[in-house]
Formats: sequence, C-alpha cells, structure tokens
Amino acid sequence: MWEHFHHGADVGLRGRGPTLEHAFAEAARALTAVVTEPESVRQTLAVPIECSARDDELLLVEWLNSLVYEMATRRMVFSRFDVRIEDHHLTATAWGEPVDVAHHQPAVEPKGATMTALRVAHEADGWIAQTVVDV
Amino acid sequence: MNPSELIQREDTTWEIPQHAAMHVPVRIYASESLVRDMDDKVREQACNVATLPGIVEAVHVMPDAHWGYGFPIGGVAAFDAAAGGVISAGGVGFDISCGVRCLLTDMHAEELTRVASRLADALYAAIPAGLGSTGRVRLSASSLDDMLTGGARWAVDRGFGTREDLERIEEHGQMLHAKPAAVSDRAKRRQRDEMGTLGSGNHYLEIDRVVEISSNAEDAAAAFGLRRGDAVVLIHCGSRGLGHQIGTDYLRDMVVAAAGFGIQLPDRELACAPIDSELGRSYLGASRAATNCAFANRQILTHLAREVFEEVVPASHLRLLFDVSHNTCKVEDHVVDGATRQLYVHRKGATRAFGPRHPDVPDALRAVGQPVIIGGSMGTASYVLAGMTPERAWSSACHGAGRAMSRHEATRRWRGRTLVDDLAKGGILIRSPSMRGVAEEAPGAYKDVSAVVDAAEAAGLARKVARLEPMIVVKG
Repeated sequence: MWEHFHHGADVGLRGRGPTLEHAFAEAARALTAVVTEPESVRQTLAVPIECSARDDELLLVEWLNSLVYEMATRRMVFSRFDVRIEDHHLTATAWGEPVDVAHHQPAVEPKGATMTALRVAHEADGWIAQTVVDV
Repeated sequence: MNPSELIQREDTTWEIPQHAAMHVPVRIYASESLVRDMDDKVREQACNVATLPGIVEAVHVMPDAHWGYGFPIGGVAAFDAAAGGVISAGGVGFDISCGVRCLLTDMHAEELTRVASRLADALYAAIPAGLGSTGRVRLSASSLDDMLTGGARWAVDRGFGTREDLERIEEHGQMLHAKPAAVSDRAKRRQRDEMGTLGSGNHYLEIDRVVEISSNAEDAAAAFGLRRGDAVVLIHCGSRGLGHQIGTDYLRDMVVAAAGFGIQLPDRELACAPIDSELGRSYLGASRAATNCAFANRQILTHLAREVFEEVVPASHLRLLFDVSHNTCKVEDHVVDGATRQLYVHRKGATRAFGPRHPDVPDALRAVGQPVIIGGSMGTASYVLAGMTPERAWSSACHGAGRAMSRHEATRRWRGRTLVDDLAKGGILIRSPSMRGVAEEAPGAYKDVSAVVDAAEAAGLARKVARLEPMIVVKG
C-alpha cells in the first residue's frame, strides 16, 4: 500500500507492507505516482538496480534516487518492483516501459529524494518507508 | 506561523531572537498576513540553519518562504570560511541555479494577439517541454566539460545568442572556477539528452504583457526598456538532470561526512561541509558547473524562442533584459560591522538583488539597480523589481509566489482541461503535454504574488518596476 502525504512544495511518499522489502516496493510505486498512474504503466522492460547505505533510512533515499536516475536516463516509468534487502544492501528488478506522453500524461519530474520526514520503521501493523521527493 | 510569537521590528520585518543552539537570530520579511500563512516548519528550519557553524549576522527569510528541506525555500544565509563557516548542498537545493530570464520583444502586445495561437503552437513545437523530452543538442564527454566550464559563453560561441546577451546574465554568463571533474559520471549522463529542455513542474516559457509601470519607478523601467503594453518573454528553468544529480550526490556525501567534521546536524537535510575542506571545495566547484549548465540551458532556450519569433513575428527583436538565478551559493563581499568580509551566501529560493551603483550590475542598469524577475503562476502575474540600497538580507529578494497547497490537493480541486479552456476565455493560451501537470500548477495553488512583492518592497528588499500578465504559456 502506498500514499502521498502533505508537503507544501514537494511530495511526500509513504510505502507500507508486511516486510521491509514490500514497504520499499510500495514507496517506489508512490514515486511513480508522482509522475503518472502506476496502473497505466505496462511491464515490458526489466531494469536491474543495486545500491547500499549505512542504514535502512539512507538506503531508502538511495533506492528512490536510483529509480529517479533510471527514469531520467532511460526515459522510463516503472510499476512493479521486486526488492531484496540484506544488511542495508538492496538488489532489485524494476519493470516498466518507456514514457509515452499521450498515454501516461506525465506530470511533474522527480528531481531527487530528500531526507525530510525520512522514516523507515517497523510498526505494529508492518513496515513503513517514507520520505519527501523534490519535484 | 503565529506572528505573536515573533518580535516585530518594522511593519514587514520580524525577528526570532537567538536562543538555544542558534548562533544568530532569524529575520523574516513579510506582512502579518503572509507570516500567518507561513508553515511553522519555516520557523523550525530557519532556526536550525541559525545553528550552523560560521553563520554571519542572521538567517534571512523572504516573503514567499515555505517549508523546504533543510533550509526553508526562501531562506538566505551567509557563512565566513575564516570563522569555520560551512557550505551546504541542502542550502542550495537540487535544481542548482534554477532561474528566470526576461527578454524584451520591442513589440506591442496587441501586435502579437493576431498571431497568438500560431505563436503558441510554434513555441510549443520548438521548446522541448515536459518529462521525457529531449533536446536537439547532444554533447560528447569533452564538449559537456566545456559547457560546464563556459556556461552561456560556451552557448554563444556555438551560435546560441549574442555577446550582448552575456552582459545581461549574472557573472556575465560564466561562473568562474567551475570544476567539471567534481561532477559525477551519473550527473553528466543525466544531462546528455537534456541540453535545451525546459523541464516540468513550475518551469515554463511564457509571453507576458506589461500591464503596469510603477509610478515611482519610471526611471528603472526606462533603463530596463520596459514600456506599458509591450510584450516580453519569460523563461524559467534550471540546471536540469545534471544539477539534480549533483544535489543528490553531495547531499549524501555531506550527510555521511558531517560527523567526521564534528558538525552536529539538527536535521540531516542540513548536511554541509566546512568551506575550507576538500568536500566543501569540491561541492562549490560542482555547483558552479551546474550554474554554467543552467546558464547554457536558458541560453539555448532563448535561441529556440528567437527562431520561432523570427519565423512568426519577423518584426520582433528579442533582447535579454536580465537573467537571475535563485538556488545558489555565491562568494560575495559584504560589509559587516563596518568591515568588508568575503561571505558564502546561500540563496535557496531567493534572488540576488544588487542595488544601484553595485559594480556587478551591468553599466546600462547600474544607476537604477539590478533587475529582479519574479515569476508568478500561469494565470495571475509576474513582476520585474529592482534591487535597492541600503542592502538588506545580503542583497536578496523573493523568487516567486510560492505554493499555497500541495500538488495532490490541486489535482483534487481542478481539472487541467477545464483550466486550459477557462484561461483561454480570458486570453491566456496554455500549451502543455500534460493536463495533470497543468492542474498541479493551477493559479489557485499559488500564493498571491502581488502580496509577496508588496512585502518585498515594503521591507526594502527590492522595489516594484513592472507588473506582467501572461498571454501565452508553454508549461513543462
């Protein structure tokens, strides 16, 4: 499950799930939703992604920034994410397709993930992974 | 923000005194109603900035300030290297040297209304706008480094614009001492296809009509070449993917390195490094390269706009009035307690606004002060102001209207197609690849830009010269 939370100028992303990996995957869907409806994105291409950080919060920032980079340089949007995390090291496959302006109606372009409202934690009902992206 | 919790120094100047870990006070330049509308996070973030090492005099907060990351958007802070001062990637932001330029057309707006639809379509076809768009200038690795060193001068050398343009850009269009070697391969890769692109979000190219010249600023309007009824072109965009990636790279590096420098960060987003450190020098060099990228980008877009005008309105002549940047860290001399000191002035969502007689203002404008271009929303107004003396807030002014609500809330309230149709009925032609993007940028999603510039003038930051209203808007 993902949602956007309030931030005046930019956009807050929040992913929730039963595992840390699910929460990261949902946060990634929230990132896509900044640009377009994730449901509108077909999964025709797979892109491998790998990153690491010294803790899981900074890993979330690295993960989202890796996706911003792939979206920008490949001119793609993604809608499915298989994420594996071990010792603050993430390997993932992101599925998506090239941006089709008429079909996706892309709104604003994410510039990068910030550390504002950054939080990765295990709560009573599962994992939460959230931060604000600059757009 | 509750004004009663601030000390009111003047009508439009408020202060949060130095307390707790703050080294300096916070000064907010705004009317009471603008203060009341500011998020409490602005206060919290400005107070956090006041705790950073080597900060000088005060943290200054512009009238359009809003909740940012680390620094508030609309935050200005200066640091002294000799006093252990820092440089902060979060204090500049991701879109390094994002800015606005204003071009005079030498045409009366009425002369353009006859061809407005054709002009809008031609501009939309010529200006790569929106997510996924690519520019027609592709750069090899060595020419990319040349661009990062040369800025707008590099672009002019390649036929994008004229020598005269360079005199009307901060730093004469070329930020010296840029370090392409301090820019990551990822940042360079992100820029490969993005030279001469507008971007998305609040970035735009628009044609405006000069609707009002301030009665007490006719001298400045004459010097600027602004006449009531004339058409002007505004271009708002930044350093594109390269700047965004430099912000990303150095924010991460500074967060990781802060503890090693013995810097206690009240917020990770305030990540910074001593100016006098390898990381600090490296960021300064990389951010200067991004500034050159932004200069070159706006220069190429100017060339594309000129090509369209030459085709559609041959009688026009697009001359650059001025180009300002509003996400920067610049080394400037300022007088503090009677002594001139070299300071590293961070302006995040704030415009440099040098007053009359400042040596860095072009000769032809020096008597009246530097033009300060304030972009509004696509349905309301923009303004041209002029810097004032005595300098306040390190010669800084606001940068725009500032958002009043989130993008999500805007799309809940408005439909892009309806907005486009309604604005067209009012004589404003919008061209954009994304109707959702238009809804997110709805005029109602922004604060009242007139209230912001009125406060800037009343606070002595910059004086109003001209009010501009949009006719044609190409949105990313």
